[in-house]
Amino acid sequence: MADDYSSAIENEPSGIVNVSRRRFVQGLGGLALGVYLAPLMMGRASAATRPGHAGFEPNAFVRIGTDDTVTVIAKHIEMGQGSYTGLATLLAEELDADWSRVRVEGAPADVKRYKNLFLGVQGTGGSTAMANSFEQMRKAGATARAMLVSAAARQWKVSPDSLTVSNGVVHHPASGRQARFGQLAVAAAKLPVPQEVRLKDPKDFTLIGKAGLPRKDNTDKTDGRAVFTQDVKLPGMLVAVVAHPPRFGGTVKSVDASKAKAIPGVVAVVPYSGTAHTFAGVAVLAKNTWVAKKGRDALDVQWDDSHAFKLGSDKILAQYRQAAAKPGLIAHQAGDIDAAFAQPAKLIEADYQFPYLAHAAMEPMNCLVRLQGGRCEVWNGEQFQTVDQATIAHQLGLAPEKVSITQLYAGGSFGRRASPFSDYLSEAVAIAQAAGKQGVHAPIKLVWTREEDTRGGYYRPLFFHRARLALDSAGNLVGWHQHLVGQSILAGTPLEGFGVKSGIDATSVEGAAEPYDIPNRRIELSTPRNITVPVLWFRSVGHTHTAFSTETMIDEAAVAAGKDPVEFRRALLAKHPRHWGVLQLAAEKAGWGTKLAPGAAGEKRGRGIAVHESFNSYVAQVAEVTVKPDGSFKVDRVVCAVDCGLAINPDVVKAQMEGGIGFGLAAALHGAITLKDGVVEQSNFHDYPVLRINEMPAVEVHIVRSAEKPTGVGEPGVPPIAPAVANALFAATGRRIRKLPFGDQLKTA
Amino acid sequence: MVKFTINGKAHSFDGDPAMPLLWYLRDELAMTGTKYGCGMALCGACTVHLDGQAVRSCVTPVSAAGGKKITTIEGVDAERVGRAVQDAWRKLQVVQCGYCQSGQIMTATALLAANKNPSDADIDAAMSGNICRCGTYVRIRAAIHEAARALT
Repeated sequence: MADDYSSAIENEPSGIVNVSRRRFVQGLGGLALGVYLAPLMMGRASAATRPGHAGFEPNAFVRIGTDDTVTVIAKHIEMGQGSYTGLATLLAEELDADWSRVRVEGAPADVKRYKNLFLGVQGTGGSTAMANSFEQMRKAGATARAMLVSAAARQWKVSPDSLTVSNGVVHHPASGRQARFGQLAVAAAKLPVPQEVRLKDPKDFTLIGKAGLPRKDNTDKTDGRAVFTQDVKLPGMLVAVVAHPPRFGGTVKSVDASKAKAIPGVVAVVPYSGTAHTFAGVAVLAKNTWVAKKGRDALDVQWDDSHAFKLGSDKILAQYRQAAAKPGLIAHQAGDIDAAFAQPAKLIEADYQFPYLAHAAMEPMNCLVRLQGGRCEVWNGEQFQTVDQATIAHQLGLAPEKVSITQLYAGGSFGRRASPFSDYLSEAVAIAQAAGKQGVHAPIKLVWTREEDTRGGYYRPLFFHRARLALDSAGNLVGWHQHLVGQSILAGTPLEGFGVKSGIDATSVEGAAEPYDIPNRRIELSTPRNITVPVLWFRSVGHTHTAFSTETMIDEAAVAAGKDPVEFRRALLAKHPRHWGVLQLAAEKAGWGTKLAPGAAGEKRGRGIAVHESFNSYVAQVAEVTVKPDGSFKVDRVVCAVDCGLAINPDVVKAQMEGGIGFGLAAALHGAITLKDGVVEQSNFHDYPVLRINEMPAVEVHIVRSAEKPTGVGEPGVPPIAPAVANALFAATGRRIRKLPFGDQLKTA
Repeated sequence: MVKFTINGKAHSFDGDPAMPLLWYLRDELAMTGTKYGCGMALCGACTVHLDGQAVRSCVTPVSAAGGKKITTIEGVDAERVGRAVQDAWRKLQVVQCGYCQSGQIMTATALLAANKNPSDADIDAAMSGNICRCGTYVRIRAAIHEAARALT
């Protein structure tokens, strides 16, 4: 494995012969030493000019060069959520490194060293990057620090206890001697690795929790140097632009490629097969993306739709409505639901509709593969290393270690790049295989245009909820009965055992009616088996819909009970102090209970609140809206409170809340993928609009001070915004929105 | 033969004049800071300057650049306004995934070159053609104000 991988790297266009990589992957379990000669740049052209030098590699997560550079190896993808910065912060804190000398490099696919300790495979998801790495990265830093201290102690013939470390320098205060990490690296590399290291007391943190620590990707993402998959070019590489069948499950019947082949620069036209979960299609290969696209546009393909999915969104929804009227599987049950609804003082009934949603990351899906010498090399913004490695290995009949993956920045993902079926990666491999059969042996970069990305499936599933709530004569919420209908994300995937129990996919119902203390509660789920539109997790997954129904229904119940929505929740959250904590904080900072400044003549203003826990983090948001006389509206301001345990990088936490609000608002206001007879009706940002700057509210974020272990921030900012805005719109207009997206529903009388 | 300058350097092009400038920059010159996002001038990720005007390079044929000065993200720091915008972006830590940010910076630079002290409404109007899926809009607004302050 080691030799295969390192020789693959030796074929890098930069020509860097990398001895370190050979050492690095030589089956060194856990902590081990390896002197390295030239830093591996993981395909990062921007960094590929660094000179070789000796250094120190105490474990899988850090290398220290003689030039004082501290290279942190990140096992998690950087897709905008700040993971590179966060992982480096944890390690640098315990190392007492000079932050300005810390750089980050993506880890290769290697589950033994780089597995997500919560997921058991190497991959990023469920907002776990910081939480699962919190101790691991700190220990890695503390170990390296201990070895550097030992090296200095030996050189100076003093006790290690007499030394201090700060900003990448080891000091001996008694004698005034000092040495930089780079000066100690070679000596440290020869020392044994300590098995036990002491971690800092949190009160001594200097980087963790510090505001304004510069992001590690701050510079190269503002000067154009950051390298995404879209930007990688290998010698001899061909770009593949593809034609996909119009319906999921369609296949190629015949291709007339004569017009495409007549275009100068088109190298080959390659039909390829798909699987039950990946597209079949026809790829046009060229050196230039533009030529490949012209070739693609000139193809005349006849598709075979005989086994394709042919239902439209309207039919799917009608089926779901019928399913909701019948009993489903019981996901949660408490108390006596029938008694609660026998004679309620007040009854609230509501149906909710949630459409399919495309992730629409700014970088459309893409993947570069090179099949050569019995190996497959992959370059990708890689979110699911172990699964992708196994899928591709299986596809090619190779051992998994023959598939190497070079990590690159991802231009967004929101879950899309973690596909249990490795769909677009597998497609790139299928094209390279098919091209090889035509005698075209070249690295292949599959580039989906925005249209393939929008129509490419793996959507947030369409859901329908039917709910009824019972209140007693004192206004207490005594019954909650909700039936959710929608496709399972996990069923039928290699991860089914992970989250599907007794037919209930946990990601379908997570967050429904939670966390409220309601004596009689039943949550039912129906999972249609005949709907085969590819679905996937979408930033905050099930919470994207359950938080909406939960938090708008609670608001309805509060109104029905004649109580303030915050006070109404308080009684139901007695056992949930962290929910109550953020709810109270958001309410206080937003001036809940004070009167909103009036709008212009004819305008109505309103304030709404929502609270939701997801991925062990607690977020509450207050939204303020202005509704114009014609029913159009603007979200003016959002006040957000978050409790994510210890905030490792407060600025990143704030950024993730701001971004989560923007992402959630896009879905709330506009997001909808619809099917007509199985064909996706949207294709690009004109018909799948997302949020633009003129729709972005002012956002204020308040972080709860906490000593609890850190929890996720990538996703939890998303769920509360849609219900907070819906509740605000109700406060302004008296009208409930229960169908997503909001669109212009308030414009109709 | 089409002649123009890119970031101050003379170039000539004799390929298909209909090729969008975006793909010439990215695939022929390996200047990959300018990004593909939509191909229809809907998202702004491909924004460059043509004689100082922000244009969407995905729908601008190379032929339209004849005799003109092209500035890309790789060269925007050569001018005071561009440098100030990049500095403000870094100071306020605007970026998340970063894919759209070249385009955001190019549009913001063109805005500030034309309007030294834009209001929020001016910013929203000028920047609404640039999509950011990570939702960095709050910081984009703040960074443009910050750059405007730094330039006065």
